[in-house]
Amino acid sequence: MNITDLLTAPDLDLIAAQARQETIKYFGRVIQLYAPLYLSNECENCCTYCGFNAGRRIKRITLNVEQAVAEARVLRKAGFRHILVLTGEARQSVPVSYLEQIIKRLKTIFVSISLEVYPLATEEYRTLIQAGVDGLTIYQETYDRQTYNRVHRFGPKKNYEWRLKTAERAAAAGMRRIGLGVLLGLHDWRDEAPALADHLNYLLKKYWRTQFQLSFPRINPVEAGFKVPYPVSDRELLHLIISFRLLFPQVGFVLSTREPARLRDKIFSFGITQMSAGSKTSPGGYALKTGGGEQFNIADGRGVPAVVAAIKKAGYEPIFKDWESVLK
Amino acid sequence: MKEDKLKIAGREFTSRLLLGTGKFASPKIMKAALAAAETAIVTVSLRRVDLKNPRDHILNNLDQKKYLLLPNTSGAKNAEEALRLARLSRSFGLPNWIKLEVTPDPRYLLPDPTETLSAAEQLVKEKFIVLPYINADPVLAKRLAEVGCAAVMPLGSPIGSAQGIKTRYHIEIIIEQATVPVIVDAGLGAPSHAAEALEMGADAVLVNTAIAAALNPVKMAEAFKLAVMAGRQAYLSGLITETKIAQASSPLHL
Repeated sequence: MNITDLLTAPDLDLIAAQARQETIKYFGRVIQLYAPLYLSNECENCCTYCGFNAGRRIKRITLNVEQAVAEARVLRKAGFRHILVLTGEARQSVPVSYLEQIIKRLKTIFVSISLEVYPLATEEYRTLIQAGVDGLTIYQETYDRQTYNRVHRFGPKKNYEWRLKTAERAAAAGMRRIGLGVLLGLHDWRDEAPALADHLNYLLKKYWRTQFQLSFPRINPVEAGFKVPYPVSDRELLHLIISFRLLFPQVGFVLSTREPARLRDKIFSFGITQMSAGSKTSPGGYALKTGGGEQFNIADGRGVPAVVAAIKKAGYEPIFKDWESVLK
Repeated sequence: MKEDKLKIAGREFTSRLLLGTGKFASPKIMKAALAAAETAIVTVSLRRVDLKNPRDHILNNLDQKKYLLLPNTSGAKNAEEALRLARLSRSFGLPNWIKLEVTPDPRYLLPDPTETLSAAEQLVKEKFIVLPYINADPVLAKRLAEVGCAAVMPLGSPIGSAQGIKTRYHIEIIIEQATVPVIVDAGLGAPSHAAEALEMGADAVLVNTAIAAALNPVKMAEAFKLAVMAGRQAYLSGLITETKIAQASSPLHL
């Protein structure tokens, strides 16, 4: 079984049933819930598809520690025990020391903290793991170098190699969970999928202690009106999820609120193991209502109780805690 | 005839089927499956339960008068993490029994033998009743018994794989040499696999995925219960040995 065969499989229904069964066998009838916590939307990069891109005139905000804690309390109250901390790329205003300070505080509130921030060096990852981080999300966005170079107009993110090796630096530092993905829509997904599978296979062999995860984010354009060059249909998205599930039965898959409620409810059982709920993509979006610019528009705007209810209705148990603070 | 009970660390249990609590679609289904299995020992993942929350979904649905709660250290990648989880569990008033799992490889969840041995040694010193999850390694099983583990839990095949007992020959050696109960854990996908373990002389089995992920977990739990009883009774009744030649059912008496 290889990715190309799966992606060209004529009978999606047949492999869909297998994918669902594999997911239940390995992960059970459970969906783990998490929420994103945006700390900053300051950014030096010009990524043409992103709401935070340096060329856009939006309200730029970086939360201070107390503001971040206020946001965190809202999420904790909603039931979350796992969070994903996000920033743009602005080392001056969002240095590693700032992240370290905030993570130490957040660790008193949550059992699991993952990061989705600019790529760091191995030593820096070690510092943040020590502070309490156990997961990292780092999307290559596209494995096609030409496209990568084109959509990342300027800024430190232009360095393809540095970004590509990020997962390895984090794994070498001892990161427990690392999430990979491509931003679907930038380049032909039929080329991206084998590249992603190769990358993952390489990492699985070399860093066998690390738990790898995948996401399948589709570009969700902000109002700036980025024209998606290679749109991915709902059916194609599902086909991708199913194909990767059959290739990597033990790898967790994440589905965020980028996708609309109806679609999420319909497709999660074919391979998804983690979902976000009630998300805001601007710093201060939960408690402070700062009016800061968003990274992308949320498509599934349901509150946490509605997402929980939908998961239960499908015969799955939503779980908020699947980690323990004494595990590093 | 003396009643046939499973005995671990001086305590007797009426069932030889241990159940896991992960992967169920709801606490309600979990509860019903435990009841249908008539199990006596139930393992819970310390990373899944919220010890600080008195209304925790899993803990709140387990009647500790009915079941011995066997906390497990799933998620620990080395001895140190397993120790921390075990101590955390005891500090919150859970039983001092611990299912020791040290699995550095998150894909196949295969146990690390050296870390498991060193954690077991320390936990025994700290007066825990230790049941280690191990690969089917007879020497490791002996070493663990020597340091004071209350049972050993060799795997039939990787967790959740439903492949059955792929490690049969080594489990047979473990059973033959055992001075503590042998509980076959992991990989049992069908009641027949469980029956096979008991027929071989294993003292008990632990099942989770095959029940929780079944279409009807409650009925599957009952099926496992019956298989475990059948396997045990067959073992006690003296199974005939395999032979190459035919043995006539009605021998000729000439």
